Amino acid sequence: MSLIRKPLNRRSILRAGAMGGAALATPTVFTSSAWSAPYLNEPKGGEVTFGFNVPQTGAYADEGADELRAYQLAVKHINGEGDGGMLNTFSSKALGGNGVNGKKVAYVTGDTQTKSDAARASAKRMIEKDGAIMITGGSSSGVAIAVQSLCQEAGVIFMAGLTHSNDTTGKDRRANGFRHFFNTEMTGAALAPVLKNAFGTDRKAYHLTADYTWGWSQEGSIKKYTEALGWNTVAAVRTPLGAGDFSQYLTPVLNSGADVLVLNHYGKDMVNSLTQAVQFGLREKQVNGKQFEIVVPLFSRLMAQGAGDAIKGIFGSTNWNWSLQDEGSQAFVKSFGQEYGFPPSQAAHTCYAQAILYADACQRAGTFEPCAVAAALEDYEFDGLGNGPTLYRGADHQCFKDVLVVKGKENPSSQFDLLEVVEITPRAQVEYAPDMEDVKGDLGTCNNGA
Amino acid sequence: MDVILLQLLNGLDKGGAYALIALGLTLIFGTLGVVNFAHGALFMLGAFCAVSFNALLSLELVTIDPDKTTAWGTPLEIRTPYVEAYLGDFGAWLLNFSVPVSILLAIPVMLLVGFVMERGLIKHFYNRAHADQILVTFGLAIVLQEVVKSIFGANPIPQSAPETVRGAADIGAVLGFDPGVIVYPYWRMVYLGFAAVVIAAVFAFLQFTTFGMVVRAGMADRHTVGLLGINIERRFTIVFAIAAVVAGLAGVMYTPILPPDYHMGMDFLVLSFVVVVVGGMGSLPGAVAAGFLLGILQSFASMNEVKAILPGIDQIIIYLVAVVILLVRPRGLLGRRGVMES
Repeated sequence: MSLIRKPLNRRSILRAGAMGGAALATPTVFTSSAWSAPYLNEPKGGEVTFGFNVPQTGAYADEGADELRAYQLAVKHINGEGDGGMLNTFSSKALGGNGVNGKKVAYVTGDTQTKSDAARASAKRMIEKDGAIMITGGSSSGVAIAVQSLCQEAGVIFMAGLTHSNDTTGKDRRANGFRHFFNTEMTGAALAPVLKNAFGTDRKAYHLTADYTWGWSQEGSIKKYTEALGWNTVAAVRTPLGAGDFSQYLTPVLNSGADVLVLNHYGKDMVNSLTQAVQFGLREKQVNGKQFEIVVPLFSRLMAQGAGDAIKGIFGSTNWNWSLQDEGSQAFVKSFGQEYGFPPSQAAHTCYAQAILYADACQRAGTFEPCAVAAALEDYEFDGLGNGPTLYRGADHQCFKDVLVVKGKENPSSQFDLLEVVEITPRAQVEYAPDMEDVKGDLGTCNNGA
Repeated sequence: MDVILLQLLNGLDKGGAYALIALGLTLIFGTLGVVNFAHGALFMLGAFCAVSFNALLSLELVTIDPDKTTAWGTPLEIRTPYVEAYLGDFGAWLLNFSVPVSILLAIPVMLLVGFVMERGLIKHFYNRAHADQILVTFGLAIVLQEVVKSIFGANPIPQSAPETVRGAADIGAVLGFDPGVIVYPYWRMVYLGFAAVVIAAVFAFLQFTTFGMVVRAGMADRHTVGLLGINIERRFTIVFAIAAVVAGLAGVMYTPILPPDYHMGMDFLVLSFVVVVVGGMGSLPGAVAAGFLLGILQSFASMNEVKAILPGIDQIIIYLVAVVILLVRPRGLLGRRGVMES
């Protein structure tokens, strides 16, 4: 038996070395973190593109314009321009003012028109044609839910703008969608104790509700919490979106025996129904020996301007108000005010926060891969963005933070100073289980579009 | 009973606005044969005449307070309206009555808008198909909307009724009901009265003046009137301007009821077209009757008792009635033979 040995030479050593190197490297390639796998719209050059999908036309165009201003400011701050705004007060220091993951942030914009189909079309265009890595913005829950599901299917992250319906992070929650704004469940939990103190426990409420996802959600939450106080719901009447003249819905309130009118309306509907309710003398009315009261569960300072004097003394809730004195809010108001000459709205605030939170999550994850970014956002605790200590809950992708109960100011000092903060409801009081009956849903699995 | 009375008042009030817009639409269609989709925009422009007049009166003298700053660090501005500073009590009165007084501004402005619109654009489409007229007037409406939006923004701008008519009247007490059972805002009653006066004035103008007689003759047979040596086109231009004024005034007086925004005309336009079709194309009394009828039906359909039996009926009642009337009376309530019929 003979052993045939091949002589070692330079070539065979090099070949063996190359093969050995390849063999050693192979497991690394296949087992390294998932985010090195390709994903949709992976940024290749020195820039990464965000997609800002806001209403630029239609009834919410002013709110959309404010959202866009906030996004532009956020991009400036992320790229290291301007005074840095809330990046200076944000608890995470991952972003260093030099873009995200070494890439400068650029952006494209779309017009939602506050219509689900138009919003989906503009989001699709930004994802497919402009290569947007993330879509954010919007001023309506119907739109948010539609765009969120599109982003889930496409495989990009959706950072919701102003959307207040429970469904966005409830039954319609998606693994790729995240909401910073509060919801109707939190509004109910925050508002009810204040209403109890102001109006007592023996009240009869009449609801006028905008006939779409947000209105139903708002009506359900307020009914749930006020009925738990002992209030009785006399009637809950659905009104068509954009009804304009609400007189035919308001006159039945007069002799219904109700002593509280809850207007589950937002935007133009809220401006019109509230103005007309005041014209019908409801605020001067005495029913059941009590002063008749009006409640507007979701307030917006931009919309309050449209209602003029009618808003004075009316209770509601809001996600954020520029008069807050915490460090983060003040930094944001200063930065926004100096840039544009007036204070930001709650829509602007939530959009700014969402852009910063997304950029920060990418930086912390070290990638733009959607599922890694989602993982970085899930169960993330942060502070310094104007709402106190906040949790981005992993189970439903909903932010939990303090909620503001506000009242229309009796003596406003300026056209912007319309809301008075009555109470800052602590986060613990508005928290709920992610599988609670009214809000349960299935996140599904994250999609990176690969 | 009280609920029915209240809904009747609501319907009359709503009907007043529909009738005013539909009246102008019918006037234009009856005289010029043009389907004017920009008519809602004229209603909106009228409302913005009131907004502009109020904004003009509210122009403020801005001074800087050197000792105070805003929350974002810029110096605090102190604002005082010029009109109050220079005109004293009269200035304050003007501000209080800015909505009714702005009628004086709206009349010449709307006359001019109507004149320019007709001479500058619409006259070129007289002999074109109705589809072309609809497209061009609809395009014009969008342009006017966007112009207003770029100046005033998209948010509604609240306008106040004069203080004396700001509250609600206890009509129930007058009619023998318990106090507080039937209350109705003063301004809505003012609006109803105003609509009635304008409608009566338009009818009187067409019925009792030579000009009106010629216009009516032109509506019936423009060729024969032309053969008599009358320049009917010039008169029709004036009719267009009058229709613009009627829509504009309806808009001015509606501002305290509905804070105006750039889209308010479109919201009324579709309903007003239904009113015109139900009333009968080209019939002025038909437009007014259908305006009030549909306004009242819409109000009654919104009653909880009705919605309990037929959910959602309040949102479709107008179109349902339109379908039924067109099936039973294809020319509408008071439509004439030969109009829009080949």
